[in-house]
Amino acid sequence: MQETTLEGGFADAPRDAAHAFRACMNAMARPGRIETLRGATPPAPLSQAAGTLLLTLCDADTPVHLAGAHDCDAVRQWLAFHTGAPLAHARTDATFAIGVWDALLPLSDYPIGTARYPDRSATLVVEMDSLTATGARLTGPGIADSAALSLPDIAALRANHALFPQGLDFYFAAGEHLAALPRSTNVEDA
Amino acid sequence: MYVAVKGGERAIDAAHDWLAEQRRGDTTVPELDVAQIREQMTLAVNRVMAEGSLYDPDLAALAIKQARGDLIEAIFLIRAYRTTLPRFGTSRPLDTGAMDCMRRISATFKDAPGGQVLGPTFDYTHRLLDFKLAADGEDGASASAAVEPPETAPARVPHITGFLGRDGLIEQEPASDEAPPDLTRTPLELPTTRALRLQALARGDEGFLLGLAYSTQRGYARNHAFVGELRIGTVPVEMEIPELGFTVELGEITLTECETVNQFTGSKTEPAQFTRGYGLSFGQTERKAIAVALVDRALRWRELGEDDQGAPAQDEEFVLSHADNIQATGFLEHIKLPHYVDFQSELELVRKLRRQATQATETEAAQ
Amino acid sequence: MTDYNFAYLDEQTKRMIRRAILKGLAIPGYQVPFASREMPMPYGWGTGGVQLSAATLTPDDRLKVIDQGADDTTNAVSIRKFFEKTARVATTEHTPDASVIQTRHRIPEAPLSEDQILIYQVPIPEPLRFLEPSEVETRKMHELSEYGLMHVKLYEDIARHGHIATSYAYPVQVEGRYVMDPSPIPKFDNPKLSDCAAIQLFGAGREQRIYALPPHTKVVSLDFEDHPFDPSKADAPCALCGDTSSYLDEVITDDAGTRMYVCSDTDHCQTRREAGHSKETAA
Repeated sequence: MQETTLEGGFADAPRDAAHAFRACMNAMARPGRIETLRGATPPAPLSQAAGTLLLTLCDADTPVHLAGAHDCDAVRQWLAFHTGAPLAHARTDATFAIGVWDALLPLSDYPIGTARYPDRSATLVVEMDSLTATGARLTGPGIADSAALSLPDIAALRANHALFPQGLDFYFAAGEHLAALPRSTNVEDA
Repeated sequence: MYVAVKGGERAIDAAHDWLAEQRRGDTTVPELDVAQIREQMTLAVNRVMAEGSLYDPDLAALAIKQARGDLIEAIFLIRAYRTTLPRFGTSRPLDTGAMDCMRRISATFKDAPGGQVLGPTFDYTHRLLDFKLAADGEDGASASAAVEPPETAPARVPHITGFLGRDGLIEQEPASDEAPPDLTRTPLELPTTRALRLQALARGDEGFLLGLAYSTQRGYARNHAFVGELRIGTVPVEMEIPELGFTVELGEITLTECETVNQFTGSKTEPAQFTRGYGLSFGQTERKAIAVALVDRALRWRELGEDDQGAPAQDEEFVLSHADNIQATGFLEHIKLPHYVDFQSELELVRKLRRQATQATETEAAQ
Repeated sequence: MTDYNFAYLDEQTKRMIRRAILKGLAIPGYQVPFASREMPMPYGWGTGGVQLSAATLTPDDRLKVIDQGADDTTNAVSIRKFFEKTARVATTEHTPDASVIQTRHRIPEAPLSEDQILIYQVPIPEPLRFLEPSEVETRKMHELSEYGLMHVKLYEDIARHGHIATSYAYPVQVEGRYVMDPSPIPKFDNPKLSDCAAIQLFGAGREQRIYALPPHTKVVSLDFEDHPFDPSKADAPCALCGDTSSYLDEVITDDAGTRMYVCSDTDHCQTRREAGHSKETAA
């Protein structure tokens, strides 16, 4: 076990997690809104926002899929030590998946829930270089008029929305910034 | 002039003070201690442990004291405490075949290896109030007899249904290593499995299950139950410690197990076989265990290819949704809470409907 | 009693609830099953709302708890005390000062803001439950958007009474998809559900369900073209603050059965009176 594995967790778990969850919830409730998420100092290539989100939401009940470069010893050990979350056997078992967009593809690999239980679906945490309120035009629940967000692939996300009420939910992380795109959001070219 | 009611907080504090005073009762009478309840109100303690889903006689006794003897309230105290406990691990499956039985009876065979042991039962007592117990001091029985517990029966007392199973006379219960679901950790989803149903019934309300079981005996999904075996005694609880690489015994608990032998199934292709009902419960709780076995059997109609008679005891959703007395009592009693707002909206609606009805009648009369 | 975790629930339980909240927000109006815990207060007394509050509160929050619109009803007092003790959060009775509001049966009169979260206690989350008692069946209906039964029920009301005879827990449809129980709020409050700036979370502890409305979600009360939804209330001003637009409680003031009407939202009424409003100024 590397020494860094033991570090970078929450200093005061109940309170840090409460603040972090509030940011995660605000992001999911207001698609496109960019929130700040701090608390954890995860090993590279995990961003601070993504690492904090994992500490906040993952545990033994949530199989996690690490995609591409995120599937490395440092991340595996850090995640196991701080959350106890098992690695998903396959993408179809994942409750959370994390990586850069291309590494996460194709989206059809992940569970989208069933018609009766659409909540039994995966949440994808997409690591981005940056997040800005530009690009795709977002409308739907959580958005008063419209919002804008720099999304990696409008067509794929629009196809995901078409599955509603089934579908995937997305978090986008860059540094300490976090934004969300639930399946309920309609995505269009700006 | 009406002033919006204030003082909810003061009212609550005063109610709690009064409650504490009432709980204690007449202070010239010595206060009960928890050990007295644990030792002398054992069956109440057992019920609280069974339905509270927590094996701890001291805490159950404390809960009974705090709840002024209201067992459902005591069960509630235990449940609320139980949810806060960390989980260190899962025990090995209990082996009731290794039970050190203090009571073991069969209604299906006059005798069987291990024998019939009547044990400490009310069964053949004449229900006459014993006024000697009302007198101060030790009662006759405990003072004189001090019954020696019989030397323990053989280390393993075979299950009666095992003898039937050996001859293929009763359905086989296939062994499974599948981890049982946990009702307290995952929301109930229907249809469910027998393992989960038994778990729900084990913590279900004794009175509710008694009524349901009784209804099956009276013809609402009758399944002709014989008590194949009822056994009460202690079994060791063991846990594997992966770090140590061996199993340790955590202690012993008292259990009641009831296996019923029920009406047979069979067809042209399959020879007739008896079927099973099963009940397992913490402590000496035999009314509960028998009721669970009967309801378990009634709920198995689908897997045994029986007809749905529309009986309450056959309806899995009905039974499981209403068996928990903590859920039931909470929702029942919540109608004591203020409902001014809902009632006001109903009041307005009824007035409006009546106004319109009156107007309509008047218009008709005028024509 | 001092060594319970922040906001009482253990972290694993909070994570489970938090994940359910996020799913609820992603699928507005859909009932997410969750492994509701046994709380130290009875089922039916707000355990769903309490679990949502416990999973949502941060140490920086300011909590308001109301029951029937009032901060001082006994159960509201009891729940507020619970969080004062277990989360040591600040509390308030003043709606605009609260960041988290837990409510039973009312939506505050003051419009909610973007920085607020409204948490509803829900007894029966299934809007179809009293038409179809089986959960297996109602879940199928939601799956297929098969809401004909609800319209039949409302229509039968009209045939019998000339009106839709539902006055509280009046069913709504969320973004044209899920029919949802808004909890037993009077139908007067239904219009406030829609396009609300705050996050709205609904928790049913005994029934193990969480659902949610993100801000600015379109929520429509079910009705018919010839019988449009009517958010009615008592046709009277508040006897204390003179408001003619707030929801009113009816109070019996003497043995002869004399009635008076006062605001059900005690903070709203108090705020107006402090600003100099009264029945006389309204007249």
